[in-house]
Amino acid sequence: MTALDPTLAGLIAGIATQRIRTVDLTNILSPDFPVIVLPAEFGQCEPFRMETVSRYDGNGPAWYWNNISMNEHTGTHFDAPAHWITGRDVPNGTVDAVSPADFIHPAVVIDISNEAAADEDFIVTRAFLEAWEASHGPIPPRHWILLRSDWSKRVGTLSYLNLKDDGAHSPGPDAGAMRFLVLERDCVGLGVETVGTDAGQAAHFNEPLPAHSILHGNGRFGLQCLTNLDQLPAFGSVIVAMPLKIRGGSGSPLRVMALVAGH
Amino acid sequence: MSQHPPRDKRDPLARRKDRHVPPGLRSSAMHAMSARAAAGCFVLQACQDCGAVTYPPRDACPRCWGELLWQDQARGALVLCETTIRATTDLYFRDHLPWRMGKLALDAGPTALAHLHADLKPGDRADMHLMLDKGGNAALFALPAGGRPDMDDHQWREFTVPVKDRIVLVSDARSAIGRAVVKALHSAGAGLIFAGMAPPSRAADLTDELSGLDRVQTLPFDITDSSLVAEGISKIAGPLDIVINTARFVRGGRNLVDQKRMMDIAVLGFMRLSAACAPLLAGRPAGAFVDLVSIQALAGEAGFAGYAAAEAARLSLLHSFRHDMRAQGVRVLSIFSGPSDDEDHQSVPPPKVAPSRLAREVVEALHMGRETTCVGEVASDAMERWLADPALFVREKNL
Amino acid sequence: MTRTRISYDGVVLCAPVTVPYERYSSQTAHWWAGRALRALTGATGFGPGDIDGFCFASFSAAPDTAVGMVQHLGLSPRWLDHLPTGGASGVMALRRAARAVQCGDADIVACVAADTNHLDSFRQTLAGFSRFSQDAVYPYGFGGPNATFALITDAYMRTYGIGREHFGKLCVAQRRNALFNPLALMRTELTLDDYLRARPISDPVHLFDCVMPCAGAEAFIVTTPEIAAARGLKTARILATIERHNAFPDDPVQLRGGWAMDVDDLWSMAGIGPEQVHMLQAYDDYPVIVAMQLEDLGFCPKGQAADFIARTGFEIDGDLPLNTNGGQLSAGQAGAAGGFQNVTEGLRQVLHQPLGAQVPDARTAALSGFGLVNYDRGVCTAAAVIEACR
Repeated sequence: MTALDPTLAGLIAGIATQRIRTVDLTNILSPDFPVIVLPAEFGQCEPFRMETVSRYDGNGPAWYWNNISMNEHTGTHFDAPAHWITGRDVPNGTVDAVSPADFIHPAVVIDISNEAAADEDFIVTRAFLEAWEASHGPIPPRHWILLRSDWSKRVGTLSYLNLKDDGAHSPGPDAGAMRFLVLERDCVGLGVETVGTDAGQAAHFNEPLPAHSILHGNGRFGLQCLTNLDQLPAFGSVIVAMPLKIRGGSGSPLRVMALVAGH
Repeated sequence: MSQHPPRDKRDPLARRKDRHVPPGLRSSAMHAMSARAAAGCFVLQACQDCGAVTYPPRDACPRCWGELLWQDQARGALVLCETTIRATTDLYFRDHLPWRMGKLALDAGPTALAHLHADLKPGDRADMHLMLDKGGNAALFALPAGGRPDMDDHQWREFTVPVKDRIVLVSDARSAIGRAVVKALHSAGAGLIFAGMAPPSRAADLTDELSGLDRVQTLPFDITDSSLVAEGISKIAGPLDIVINTARFVRGGRNLVDQKRMMDIAVLGFMRLSAACAPLLAGRPAGAFVDLVSIQALAGEAGFAGYAAAEAARLSLLHSFRHDMRAQGVRVLSIFSGPSDDEDHQSVPPPKVAPSRLAREVVEALHMGRETTCVGEVASDAMERWLADPALFVREKNL
Repeated sequence: MTRTRISYDGVVLCAPVTVPYERYSSQTAHWWAGRALRALTGATGFGPGDIDGFCFASFSAAPDTAVGMVQHLGLSPRWLDHLPTGGASGVMALRRAARAVQCGDADIVACVAADTNHLDSFRQTLAGFSRFSQDAVYPYGFGGPNATFALITDAYMRTYGIGREHFGKLCVAQRRNALFNPLALMRTELTLDDYLRARPISDPVHLFDCVMPCAGAEAFIVTTPEIAAARGLKTARILATIERHNAFPDDPVQLRGGWAMDVDDLWSMAGIGPEQVHMLQAYDDYPVIVAMQLEDLGFCPKGQAADFIARTGFEIDGDLPLNTNGGQLSAGQAGAAGGFQNVTEGLRQVLHQPLGAQVPDARTAALSGFGLVNYDRGVCTAAAVIEACR
């Protein structure tokens, strides 16, 4: 028996002794978990569906299993660059081609919960991010940027999708913020608690849907419908996010976890 | 916090009442009569050769042995004699004794036994109605001449689905048709209406106009998932008398994602909803399941090919569900319509059926216990042509 | 021009037998038929090899018919008939068998009606009775024959002004006759008051207007005078018969039976009038039908049954002894055997072989049958006049 490499051994020991906390950032995938709603002229996202094949019954006396179906962008999910037209020519832009090295990256958690509580259409701007850096420190390169909006606490209520007569209302970044994060801070991707990386009203921005457009056009990723971001520190967490290996897939539901050092 | 309006208080320990249906054995000719009664017709057989009108249904004219054809007949009749049955070996009628019936001389010619409205006595003039009994078979019912159907007559009620004070679920109350149906049921005095709100839920659902009506309660309801159907029904938390399936998804073209959704709502959705509601309806004294189905189900239609296919599958399921429920005395009613005057048929020229008209016909179909109703000219015309010559109709619809 | 009917010379009736009725029986119609044949053997000495004609009536022998019955019971007849005509089957059997014997197609015809009555067989028999009943009668309250005859009774009472007390008088008289019949199922005295106060079953039909379904069998032999004489059997001959089916189909309600079409033929062939018969065995599923027969067989003019009933005694020692065994109303209705008991009882009385009391000096009897409510009325009617051979 060969001992683990010390680096990996340290990680395993850290988890075992809880010096490294594991935080599940995933919502439960269920039929009633809301999916994004697009304007009526577009095709719609199919929610998660599950039909029991057998449950220790005549269809399978000793086993329980289900058939499931859903859109790639259902529940807590991953957006690959090919999801957006701007990312259509990005090399390895589909989920099956995502490099394993990209499954694990550190994260910066930016707390916008107070702002989002005050304004459900709160826009994260470059100025907001610069101010955040000023008080918290600079955003390092090759990090996931996670926006903690506490929106996940609204799951199960009408205010999660927050659909109103003029569309959805939820916080998100503008184009300036996205360019700053992608081009100047070289982020791995953007993770949010809402159903989209973009704000609910982002289709009406001067540069519409900037998060999708700028992230994916530059080969970056998205994570949506995250939860438990309030359990992460601003710096120091590591995100493990591995989409399903769907051939040519644009995204995938997945389990997302964070590793956090210390107590 | 909204509260259910009070429902009838019942003995919590009372054993569930078994429901029975009247004797169901019929001849093939009688089934032909029932098939016409299902559409609300009053028909008797008339001889193609000598014109004699005959009843009970026969396979040859008793005057000249000529061929018999079904024909609409005058409804008038004279009550000859009557009886009040106070003993029977049949379980269904035992539950409904005493039962009045009588013999009438029909203006059309023959005499016939018929169920008698409480106000009729020998010597009175009557109007005959060909109704479907709880087992789905045609039966003659005599109402006082010129009178309106009387929802308080205890025998008449057995042939109809009273709406007043009943508990109703409308599967999709978000559409124009669904909303109209809820309002029509409300006007008809339904005791409690659960208005199903399909996802995505909106902030405005809480303040929806429908939930402002007394005796109406909105309910998140999604027939595209079995567990969501079960969850929705669990919130009814009590008896359920009538289910009205207004859910549909209408798209033209050949988009497979749309097609899948159309099938999921029209076909699998119907299966999920009907399976979940069946046991609840079966325990009720006058349970009914009403399904709104497109007349395109009959023959398909280029342009709406996929939608028509989904509706055809739904119609097929509807027939089978009717069979399943017959033994429990639950009525399964089909409401056919052509294009409705709503967002689903914006590109279709008039005539179109106003949602409010469709809704009124739903209530009317329940009140007459009518199995098949065609609402609007498009549906009536299509049904007539399809019944007359199905092969020609299919060809014409897809030229 | 009407042809003159041939008389029934060369034919006799003998050996009326009744297998004692039971309210419910776990036996089959086959068993009851076997008991009847056994009783015939007891009365005549004829065994299976002697009987060369077989006429059978039953509602509960399914899936068998007369065909299944001959093999079941070991008969090899050269003449076979099956009568699905219920209450008219006894007179019809007599009529058919008589012509078979007269023409030499058979020598000894056993006429047998047998029915069992399981706990649920009455309901089951009803449920599968006829197509018109399935389609156009049972769906209307499933009152069975009670409801059908309630409608007829209602119309008859309205048309002719006859009252329940008149029907009651018939029922009370028949019950009094039944008190002498050891085989009758109902042998407690019935008063007119009891009758009038009985619970309604299907208005205006009340409890004592209804027969009690039961199990039982009836049988008799039709043969030649010579064969009967060789066995020393007492015999009767047939003076006249009639038969009619689906008479007056356009009458909106049945206020008269098929007898009315053929009654003149009956009495002219018989050579006597109704006032000359010593007794009447009328079909009595409901008293309204008895009243109808009094009229339609010529005992009184149409519409005057009420008056006739009021002034006539129907007991065994009365003016017109009626259903002297108690009839079906008191003895029980053993399915198709109910359509035979009028024949066997009439025959017993003219042969002076009564079950109980004897009608004094009875030599002639009128027998009447009525059967098969296919839809709204009895379809089959038949009648016969018989006379004891000296």
